[in-house]
Amino acid sequence: MSKTLKKLTRKSEFYTFLIIVVLAIAIEIASGQFFTANNFVDILNAMIVPGLFAIAEFMVLVSGGIEVSFPAAASLTVYATTKLLLDKGYEGGIFLPLIMVIVIGAVLGAFNGFLIGYMNLTPMIVTLGASSVFKGIMQGALNSKQLAVIPAGMKKFGVDALFVSTNPVSGLTSKMPMTFIVFVVALILAYILLNYTFFGRAIYAIGGNPQSARCAGYKVERTKFLIYVISGAIAGIGGLCRVCVMQQCHPTNMLGMEMNVIAGVVLGGTAITGGSGSLAGCFLGTLLIVMVENSMIMLGIPTTWKNVFTGALIVIGVGISALQVKRAEKAAELARQEKA
Amino acid sequence: MPQSLLNAVDISKSFAGVHALKNVSLEIKPGEIHCLAGENGCGKSTLIKIISGVYQMDSGYIEFNGKKFTKITPSEAIALGIQVIYQDFAVFPNLTVMENLAINTELAANRKFVNWKRMRRIAEDAVAKIGFKVDLDALVGSLSVAEKQMVAISRALMSDAKLIIMDEPTTALTKKEVKALFEIILKLKEQGIAILFVSHKLNEVFEISERFTIFRSGELVVTGSTKELDDRKFTYYMTGREFENRVFVPEKLTEKPILELEHLGLKGYFEDINLSVRGGEILGITGLLDSGRTELGLAMFGLKRTDSGKIKMHGKDVTLSSPRDAIGAGIGYVPEDRLSEGLFLPQSIGDNIVVSELDKLRGGMGTYDIAKADEEKQLWVKELGVKTLDHKNAASTLSGGNQQKVVLAKWMAVNPDVLILNGPTVGVDIGSKHDIHAILQKQAKDGMAVIIISDDLPEILQNCSRILVIKEGRFVAEMSAEEASEDAILEKMM
Amino acid sequence: MDTVKRIYNKNREVYRLLLIIVLWMIFMAITKFKKFYSFKNFQTIASQFPEYGLMALGCMLCMMTGGIDLSCVGVANLTSILVVNLLIAQFGAEGSMPLGYTVVLFAVAVVLGAVAGAFNGFLISTVGVPPILATLGVNELLTGISIVLTGGSPVSSFPKEFCELFSTNIGGVVPVRLVMFIVVAIVIWFMLEKTDYGLKIKLLGTNQNVAKFSGLNNVGLLMKTYITAGICSALGGMLMMSNYASVRADYGSQYTMQAILIVVLGGVSPNGGTGKLSGVCTAIVLLKLLESGINRFHNISSYYISLIWGGVLILALVMDYFSNGQHKKV
Repeated sequence: MSKTLKKLTRKSEFYTFLIIVVLAIAIEIASGQFFTANNFVDILNAMIVPGLFAIAEFMVLVSGGIEVSFPAAASLTVYATTKLLLDKGYEGGIFLPLIMVIVIGAVLGAFNGFLIGYMNLTPMIVTLGASSVFKGIMQGALNSKQLAVIPAGMKKFGVDALFVSTNPVSGLTSKMPMTFIVFVVALILAYILLNYTFFGRAIYAIGGNPQSARCAGYKVERTKFLIYVISGAIAGIGGLCRVCVMQQCHPTNMLGMEMNVIAGVVLGGTAITGGSGSLAGCFLGTLLIVMVENSMIMLGIPTTWKNVFTGALIVIGVGISALQVKRAEKAAELARQEKA
Repeated sequence: MPQSLLNAVDISKSFAGVHALKNVSLEIKPGEIHCLAGENGCGKSTLIKIISGVYQMDSGYIEFNGKKFTKITPSEAIALGIQVIYQDFAVFPNLTVMENLAINTELAANRKFVNWKRMRRIAEDAVAKIGFKVDLDALVGSLSVAEKQMVAISRALMSDAKLIIMDEPTTALTKKEVKALFEIILKLKEQGIAILFVSHKLNEVFEISERFTIFRSGELVVTGSTKELDDRKFTYYMTGREFENRVFVPEKLTEKPILELEHLGLKGYFEDINLSVRGGEILGITGLLDSGRTELGLAMFGLKRTDSGKIKMHGKDVTLSSPRDAIGAGIGYVPEDRLSEGLFLPQSIGDNIVVSELDKLRGGMGTYDIAKADEEKQLWVKELGVKTLDHKNAASTLSGGNQQKVVLAKWMAVNPDVLILNGPTVGVDIGSKHDIHAILQKQAKDGMAVIIISDDLPEILQNCSRILVIKEGRFVAEMSAEEASEDAILEKMM
Repeated sequence: MDTVKRIYNKNREVYRLLLIIVLWMIFMAITKFKKFYSFKNFQTIASQFPEYGLMALGCMLCMMTGGIDLSCVGVANLTSILVVNLLIAQFGAEGSMPLGYTVVLFAVAVVLGAVAGAFNGFLISTVGVPPILATLGVNELLTGISIVLTGGSPVSSFPKEFCELFSTNIGGVVPVRLVMFIVVAIVIWFMLEKTDYGLKIKLLGTNQNVAKFSGLNNVGLLMKTYITAGICSALGGMLMMSNYASVRADYGSQYTMQAILIVVLGGVSPNGGTGKLSGVCTAIVLLKLLESGINRFHNISSYYISLIWGGVLILALVMDYFSNGQHKKV
């Protein structure tokens, strides 16, 4: 085996990728419709919102935290934005709504970030509580109802297609929405942030060993705070993308997404204990979940089976990765023995 | 050039009203190797953290290179040339060697963006300085303890360090590695770098340092030249007490052996281990850190599955696949690492004592007999002289020595036929060390078979009636107490 | 003053909650005395909290071991759906069930809960999956099976004798559901306080490695804990079924969050190793009183409850932060 291949097989991303390939081939054999341009467009399209959330969750998990409030934060942010713009009779483009969701999302994230970063409270519980608070503000204070109309600028952004792909056999067309650009830009920015800035390296460092990070000169509290701020902002953007494409603002539409998003990130090899994982793995894990959810029809399985399959996927996936961790530890110990 | 490199004067620090340091001073000259010694909890770690800017001092000041500070931040300290190598090395196991090496320099330069090529150059320079050969792309988590320490040292040298503080650097190193470390320290001295070496191990203080300072309970006891120091004085300065070492002489041995190992082996760790221990004796097993001694201890307690040979208790074969099996067979084990293996720190002292005998503390209908448990807790706290007002206090409130007594109490309460202790007095103050040795000797006299696994040779010589030396997974020598000496053992184990 | 402080500190989580309860009761007495202080209202409260109260009890045990149970709602719904399927198979959708059959229903529920809990326990203790992920996946899986079984829609035509039985009040006063809760709470109290199980899981939750070195049966303890939690959730599902007189795959989806909220509010550390039944029970009652009280204000949207619960949870954490003096340490 060549050295690079050996290195590759040690990465969990490789296995996620392998599962995706096997699944894709299985779907192709069953339906003959997987490897078509419009199916790819459909899957990528379905990935935009969960993918954005996954980027946010990924950063939080790497830093050793966990975030379950982003669906509520996204819902609240985008509802408040849409409502406000409708009330003011906003006629402009997508730019202002985008700025608004980023700002509101960041403020909600700052709430989490302050409690987790500066007060050192348990992330799981804080974000769980925050999720409840955000929902309460949206449904209670803002008295949210479904908004069937959204501002023209948002509507246009949602309707416009980046490109359209047609299946030559079935004649079905699949449209790639403009929101895809947002996802790609977010992915690129996150990649640069994580790999080419010291803020990004601080996220990994804190997830690996917070005390050492402090000694090395990283500002641990501020970094944690900012991670949640960024996560909130991304959640807001994700919410906006969802509303624009749906052409209506449904306040509870996104609630409950947290579980599948976390599952996707973890399936991509990100350690839930923090410190390790790659954006590529995060992307692949999310893709896997989306593929399973979207390919049921092609395989002729009734959609009621969706949760069974994602549930089984999560259980098997995390089970295998847990066993892998155990095996790797044993192997590392033996290797060290041999060296000595 | 100023007379002294570092001059910490009249430093005080308290935490939540408790004095950790009371008006202590410390002077280090340029290019000297200075040893700071003291028992656990004497305040030496606190002082290091103040010098490196992690804690703020309450009063006093620090002069470094002639500049006076009353407040110092971690990045200021690094900029001044103060580098600390912590006991856990403060490395990032999840990052590569390269990133670990380059981070500090890059952060000190206040960079915002990562340039991986520059990081690699920095890392290459760093390892070149002390001729350290390592794969820069390996994850630090996959390195050995000594390699991790080398990473930490290389990193410390990066930023024109003038003073390197090493906090208990030899704790987890093998003898060979300690030797290598000392050579590097001397090399650094030649380059004009001052070293503050923190330790509570006497022989290290003698071997490496030129001058020493000793703290006790947050106060400065003495500072001077190492030449004037001897064994007895050192112990006295450290503890404020004088001790008499009582050598163990076994009285009554049981006729038949209690525990026997026959050709026991575990691939990669040890092989063909034969051993038999009788009630009433204390058997010592000593060897280097990677000799397989710890794994042998774990195997005797069911924590490592052996792949060949037999374990016999009272002449009968036993299979030990978990600590529960071992306890059932009458074996107890005091682990190497008190904090991660021995104690439930936030839980009460009492609960820590009864944890392993809970199944025996049952009343009617299988209920937990709290009254009986309370009796046990009080009994053992008193019996072993654990210094606490109330056994309901958390174990974390105790000093290292008293914590170790609690671990010991747990096994006294179970009263096993064989008690195996792996490094029974590591990180324990001298006073408690004597107490623990006395307890072990008494247990043996009462008929227990005791096995001490340790590389603390004076401890082995003083307490063990028979000594086995393990090297590369095999027993290479067996000595009686009379024929053994430090030199004889050292020769066999190296 | 010092003794007051000491008594307060000894059982801080309980007294803190009792204080909030008293303040809330005073507030309700001033604002909505007639509507709130009625026998009927308290009876309703007592018959409604047991369903998620049971789940919280199970979750408490898991959290004491340093774990968590996110699968309680999935277990509850699947149990009730399977029980309803059993009822329909035995007696037909329009038939009637002899009351004695209730025992069979509970036996089935307990077995189902135990099986689901054992699956969680196996994944966590033997395979080594982090509890959050294991129970999350199992929840998804069980909910999925529930959806497949019901096609995602509610099932409400089945023999209702069981539901009626569990909606009555003993002597017209004590709700049967409350009795059920009290029975389970007593069993758990017995396990925690009267057997060594309670101490063992606290120690296990403090440090699993030390527990192993001390000869505790980690696998057995975790299995026991998650099986008990599974049974609690299954019984909670039975109460939900009796309350709604119908079953559905996604009933009570907010209960996961509520159960965790209650447990944390009740003073159980999310990191494991601590926890008291009294604290958790007080928290259960407090949350229901808050909810019921808010419902008395018709001009306030009931959605505010979510806001208040989340707020109370975070407030409890912040109060802990200041009373532990953590802010001084750094």
